[in-house]
Amino acid sequence: MSHSFIASTLRGFTRALSKALVSEQVSARPGLLQQLDPRVRLVGMLALVLAVVLCRRLDIIAALLGLAVMIAIASRVSIASLAKRVWLVIFVFTGLIALPALFITPGSPVLILPALSLAISAQGLRTAILLVLRVETAVTFTTVLVLCTPWVQVLKALRSLHLPAEVVTMLAMTHRYVFLLIETANQMFESRQSRMVGQLTGPEKRKMTARTAGVLLNKSIDMSQEIYLAMLSRGFRGEIRLLDEFGMRARDYAGLAAFLFVGCAAAWMGR
Amino acid sequence: MHIPDGYLSPSTCTALYALAISAWYAALKRIKRMFSTRAIPLISVFAAFSFVVMMFNVPLPGGTTGHALGVAVAAIVLGPWGSMLAISIALAIQALFFGDGGITTLGANCFNMAVVGSFVAYAVYRTIAAAADLGSRRRVFAAAVAGYVAINAAALLAAVEFGIQPMLFHDASGSPLYAPYPLHVAIPAMMIGHLTLAGLAEAVISAGMVSYLQVADPGLLRGSASFAQSAPASAMAVASASEKRLWVPVALLMLLTPVGVLAVGTAWGEWSAADFANPATRTQIADASQNELPPAAVPAGLHRLSTLWTAPFPAYAPAFIKHPAFGYLLSAMFGVGFLVLLSLIPGAVSKKWQRRELRT
Repeated sequence: MSHSFIASTLRGFTRALSKALVSEQVSARPGLLQQLDPRVRLVGMLALVLAVVLCRRLDIIAALLGLAVMIAIASRVSIASLAKRVWLVIFVFTGLIALPALFITPGSPVLILPALSLAISAQGLRTAILLVLRVETAVTFTTVLVLCTPWVQVLKALRSLHLPAEVVTMLAMTHRYVFLLIETANQMFESRQSRMVGQLTGPEKRKMTARTAGVLLNKSIDMSQEIYLAMLSRGFRGEIRLLDEFGMRARDYAGLAAFLFVGCAAAWMGR
Repeated sequence: MHIPDGYLSPSTCTALYALAISAWYAALKRIKRMFSTRAIPLISVFAAFSFVVMMFNVPLPGGTTGHALGVAVAAIVLGPWGSMLAISIALAIQALFFGDGGITTLGANCFNMAVVGSFVAYAVYRTIAAAADLGSRRRVFAAAVAGYVAINAAALLAAVEFGIQPMLFHDASGSPLYAPYPLHVAIPAMMIGHLTLAGLAEAVISAGMVSYLQVADPGLLRGSASFAQSAPASAMAVASASEKRLWVPVALLMLLTPVGVLAVGTAWGEWSAADFANPATRTQIADASQNELPPAAVPAGLHRLSTLWTAPFPAYAPAFIKHPAFGYLLSAMFGVGFLVLLSLIPGAVSKKWQRRELRT
């Protein structure tokens, strides 16, 4: 590919858009998490992530990973795509980071590789497995939460956790305009690519990328001005009011109690 | 550099959340004061822009590509406080919506990249650019160095956070419980990648964008988003609504000034030299002072000072107004008006300075 940096940027944009689309589809399915109040989902999954981070025992973290997989299945999240997009990526990335720890962590050797004159220590093995397993489990909980909860509901749940209204509004607006700006940047790169013949030199490529970013910045600032005027025209006076129409039902309370109980029990048992 | 969940211990995460939250709180207050009601759309759209720029593949010398954070450009255009908020929001959306970067480590990521990154970038840029022309090459160089140093400062912080984990958090057998490498491994491992690829990507995008803005929109380079501070008249009106509320008690007090006419006796301690000679006033002074009689002669100090200054409205009643009550009212209203006028002068002067700064 002659202009691989443009192609890979465009691929990145497509990946982000498809991620958002998958999340929209999964959150519309009638699954376990989807049927619970968004606040319960958020607090429950955060409690479990916290339990994973607090836990120091491998078997308890493995049990939590099992629980995460069960929640994912019950919430109709595709395990195949979870394995491909989450588990494999993390295994490769964190695994690479953890690999040298096998050899350089001081401790009693459990396996000696004579060909490389290296020894794997028991401590090194434990810390590497602990890191990979912990990251896999925490990210599985987060991914399941993100896939099963539309962004609007995440925001409302954050608001009910007493995050300032300004912050929630900014998160909502940013999310909305991320997609518009991705679309704009996508079109800019595509139109540029369709007009290019031959090869660009290194400095030309860098100039083009920076200028595209510059134009995007200009457009963003202009857009913020337009949005502001539109807000003023609708009566914005600097005060933010958000609708909060959640109602907790019996099963929401049961779900919350279950998540918190499991989280606390895991953190206590794995301390 | 987006630290995922599981690399840092809960206590490290809590400490970094606390630092980040303090910075966000201060930034939010400042930004609201600076941009008034414009703050929310400006920071939100800028955060969306930062998010998209983080996805750009920046071509680097040597044929590779890297991703930039865009923190230097954000700090140059919005100032450090605005940049801190915009980059934090972009990072929060990456974590909460796209799952890039952890939730327990969001405080750490925001502290490293958004808070420290913005301040370092801003300080380096301002130091190198100094008072250079908006269109000068020096500003392009300053932006490149600012981006490079900021990203490396953030990476160094992350490396230190990783490096202290095995020291502080390990089990009885000595196995590290979180990030496994000590400082002497974590710092070089983190820094090699950032001193070369990531730092270079940040330098390229920062310099390139400042160079573009010098031609296309130099106004954005004036710093601290000065382009946005001259909010439209309608916004100013909205912003000053709370100030307007202050006028209500002032008007009320002015309307209440006739009450002073109804007051009997003398205001304790507000006596003039002549009052000491007047028998009627002497009685009033004694009544107001628990029957303690005033000295027979005018105190020497009071006598000396009373001749120093004659107010334009002596005894609250100008000479040309014969009726004392009417004179009193007029004096009160004139006094309030004069004070209001005085209080408006600093505001008008500061607005004039602001306009002058925007023109240059």
